[in-house]
Amino acid sequence: MTDHTEEPPEAFTSNLPHPGGIGGVFVPVAGFGVTLRSFFRPTVTEQYPTTPANIQPRYHGRHQLNRYADGLEKCIGCELCAWACPADAIYVEGDSNTPDAQFSPGERYGRVYQINYLRCIFCGLCIEACPTRALTMNNEFELAGPTRAGLIYEKQDLLAPLEEGMLAAPHPMVEGTTDDDYYKGDVIRATEAQRAWVRANRPDDETLPENLPTREGHVPDARHGETGTPTPLGAKRFVSGTGGGV
Amino acid sequence: MSATADKVPTTTDLVTVMIDGLETHVEKGTLIIRAAEQVGIEIPRFCDHPALEPVAACRQCLVEVASPGPDGNLRAFPKPQPSCSMPVTEGMVVKTQYTSEEADRAQKGVMELLLINHPLDCPICDKGGECPLQNQAMSHGWDESRFVDTKRVFEKPLLLSSEILLDRERCIMCQRCTRFSQEIAGDAFIDLQNRGAMQQIGTFNEDVLGFDGYGPVGAAAEDESGNAFSSYYSGNTIQICPVGALTSAAYRFRSRPFDLVSSPGISEHDSSGSALRTDHRHGKILRRLADNDPVVNEDWITDKDRFAFTWQNQADRITQPLVRKDGELVEASWPEALAAAAAGLTAAIGKTGTPADSKAKGVGVLPGGRVTMEDAYAYSKFARLVLGTNDVDARTRCSSDEEQAFLGATVAGTGLGVTFAELEKAPTVLLVGFEPEDEGGVVFLRLKKSAGRQSVITVASHLTRGAQKLGATLVPTVPGHEARVLASLKGTNATYKELRQPGAVIVVGERAAGSAGTLTAVGALAKRTKAKVAWIPRRAGERGAVEAGALPGLLPGGRDAAAAAARGAVATAWGTSSLPQTPGRDADAVIAAAAAKALDALVIGGVDDSDLTGDLLKAVKTAKFTVSLEVRRTAVADAADVVLPVAPPSEKSGTFVNWEGRLRAFGTAIRTDAMSDHRVLDLLARQMGTDLGTATVDAVNAELASLGAAPAGHRPTVPAEPAPAASQKSTNVAGEMVLASWHQLVDEGALQDGEPHLAGTGRVAVARVSPATAQRLGLHGVVTVTGKRRGSIDLPLAVTEGMVDDVVWVPTKSPGSWVAHQLGVHPGQTVVVKGAAA
Repeated sequence: MTDHTEEPPEAFTSNLPHPGGIGGVFVPVAGFGVTLRSFFRPTVTEQYPTTPANIQPRYHGRHQLNRYADGLEKCIGCELCAWACPADAIYVEGDSNTPDAQFSPGERYGRVYQINYLRCIFCGLCIEACPTRALTMNNEFELAGPTRAGLIYEKQDLLAPLEEGMLAAPHPMVEGTTDDDYYKGDVIRATEAQRAWVRANRPDDETLPENLPTREGHVPDARHGETGTPTPLGAKRFVSGTGGGV
Repeated sequence: MSATADKVPTTTDLVTVMIDGLETHVEKGTLIIRAAEQVGIEIPRFCDHPALEPVAACRQCLVEVASPGPDGNLRAFPKPQPSCSMPVTEGMVVKTQYTSEEADRAQKGVMELLLINHPLDCPICDKGGECPLQNQAMSHGWDESRFVDTKRVFEKPLLLSSEILLDRERCIMCQRCTRFSQEIAGDAFIDLQNRGAMQQIGTFNEDVLGFDGYGPVGAAAEDESGNAFSSYYSGNTIQICPVGALTSAAYRFRSRPFDLVSSPGISEHDSSGSALRTDHRHGKILRRLADNDPVVNEDWITDKDRFAFTWQNQADRITQPLVRKDGELVEASWPEALAAAAAGLTAAIGKTGTPADSKAKGVGVLPGGRVTMEDAYAYSKFARLVLGTNDVDARTRCSSDEEQAFLGATVAGTGLGVTFAELEKAPTVLLVGFEPEDEGGVVFLRLKKSAGRQSVITVASHLTRGAQKLGATLVPTVPGHEARVLASLKGTNATYKELRQPGAVIVVGERAAGSAGTLTAVGALAKRTKAKVAWIPRRAGERGAVEAGALPGLLPGGRDAAAAAARGAVATAWGTSSLPQTPGRDADAVIAAAAAKALDALVIGGVDDSDLTGDLLKAVKTAKFTVSLEVRRTAVADAADVVLPVAPPSEKSGTFVNWEGRLRAFGTAIRTDAMSDHRVLDLLARQMGTDLGTATVDAVNAELASLGAAPAGHRPTVPAEPAPAASQKSTNVAGEMVLASWHQLVDEGALQDGEPHLAGTGRVAVARVSPATAQRLGLHGVVTVTGKRRGSIDLPLAVTEGMVDDVVWVPTKSPGSWVAHQLGVHPGQTVVVKGAAA
């Protein structure tokens, strides 16, 4: 410690430039510059929830279990998603397809499929693990609810909605095809034989053309009655609502 | 190679080999792959299995080998050699994939070839996650395949039996399954067919081999599905398949290995005490696998051990105590149910302190033959200490006082007697009232292991297919006449001479009790020949019940309940002044007494009324009060007044004593709030004002240990002379014959409920008679067997060569043939056989 004597404080001098003239007049309100500039720029504030949120196409939202073009499920119940899940949020039980209840092409299907959204961290490792592209993520992110049980999504909550040309599972595979043909994308829509099977087994099925809710000007598509020989669909079909995930 | 731990190396010849630069000394004749294992080097393999003969089928274990030539210089083999089939020689130098680029390249090449036709369907394959091919393709394979063409496909799955499914696409032709079936089980199974790329494993296919239809490889036997393949051990092939080519219908697609929690356990299905592994998920058993236990079951279990586990989780499982109110069983709380049970039993033993006490007639206790030793001990102690009776009998099968004396004198508390290893090594095995394949489970596999080196002689009515596989000689015997046949084994009799060889074993089954004098004759024969005797009952709990004294004439440790000194010793240990002296009734007598209102109440454990010739249901309904300790809502439970739920073996811990006398303790696989019988009885005793001291497994075992085995003076004595067999009085009814019968391994036993795939592998029920008998009575097609009481059974006739005349064999509890229930007779008694009315 050295001796130190009380020295008089130096007078304060600002380091900022001192504009003169007209500039000097605006110095006191210069801090509002950014604010004032933003008055004349387009607004970035999202009015969520009164207006829809602006989600990026590859946002990791709620999962979806996709279907093949004839409505059969893509999930084979292999549990690789559950294995990949770092949060242990997925529970799957597989089972055997039978001639009376064919849910997916091939021998195996996912009988139980649950995702617990209280655990899910939306990392997307599950959809990377899925060998059949059955599991993808869509953009839905509003996953909140009053009960724990309600946030465990079951298979029926996760399955993709049926599109035109699809029939609700279970129903037989397209005649003469194997699970490979499905995987390659050679099956493009449900055939008449499949519809006949569903008609015979579940006459009230809502996905049958005759049971579809009638729409304005909707005429059952003649294409649905074609021979059923599968032809490859040129362009990849995107399932609506899956974002960029397919 | 043998997985038997107690196999002592007989040779001290050690050879020195160098593996990957590590010098090691191994027994002469050791395979390179085993020698490498001993120094901690793992060579990839598929076809190699320590319990099977080497075959070098998969070529995955190629290593570079050099051995000294005649001049002493090291000479390398020109090509890599399979290490699983080449024994080491002195001075051999082995380079595995770790040190030899050539071996590594060879292994990776083989792996690439194996994967060419292997479908990449791992996501749906049951083996995925525990697959040696998957694992070794990752550790010893190339990352990418050069194969771009179409893979070979087969129709799949192929049903080998109702339980075993074959995916030929996945097969890598390692032949583990075929070798298991031929070497271990002795059942004709499937085999390789075709050559080259089209080679496949399969059942014999007429298109491939020009057979006129599906025919079995070996001797034909009937099975339920009409398919000729029939094996009690086929489940083991699924476990040893190194790919997912063999799968079981029961487990197919149900789960993945990483979901499963594995708990070690002991099989509750037979008296062998096979070690098994229970794989469960969320409290539900999904499959059971064999655990390696070198001294007991080696690597194998029966299909019943493996697949019969669904019985405990059927819809009729009891989870809450039930109490009868206004004629209906309704769910009640534990305190309420225990109070009701205690009140009913207290009244029955006359301890209520009311005038009605003088009319109380007592309680009979039937623990059943499937409980653990701890449970049996609790039943025994509960009966004697709380209920004050010797009317406790765990034997719900044919039984006799002679058997009790035999068990008390030579079985109970004798510790480890004849072992599996001794049975395997015995030069001669005499089977009396015991059918190894049907009643012994893995005992059969041990005998099969020595087939050809061992003389097996069976005292039976006919030579079964299982006995034929053992190369057994038949001593034709009419059931009930075993004692006479055994007594004739002396002097110059060839069988007698064989039995005099050191190490010979006489195996006697539980059925011997039904044939008067047999057990005594066995004892006498053993004395004459110096052969050892092994008593092999069928049910898992039988030996434990004998040890724990859950028999009317036996106290724990083989003490004679009729001997005052033995009673005194047990009474002191139990902290009471005296034990009941009145001789106890056996199970049949208890049932008869209850039906005749000579007993007021019954305490019944896991007893299936259809196993008994007596009418248990009538006895339960007649008795004033019945307490049932059950896992499921059986007919007995339905008729009881109080039902207390108990845990099945997977949900409790305890000890089964196997036929060797080996304690097979097991822990709880699945934790539930279900209680074991000994705990429930402890609570019930407490409610009745007595501390039974059987609340925990540890407490029971401590008591059993402190009691120990009975000293010689406390044991019952075996009569010196066999009691004369009751002569079969012929009533001159046409078609009257002596009944021979035993339980087939896979049948309609209560512990096999709810598993249709397993049931499909069981053998069809047939009635067997000798050709002469069939001819004499003009029997063909379907025959009707009628007992003295109750009904009759219709079975297809199987005329069996070499069978003794005037004897009919039917399975005891197979589909359509419930002997005890439908005929009401025991083997050895007479039935009437007639051609079925057209």
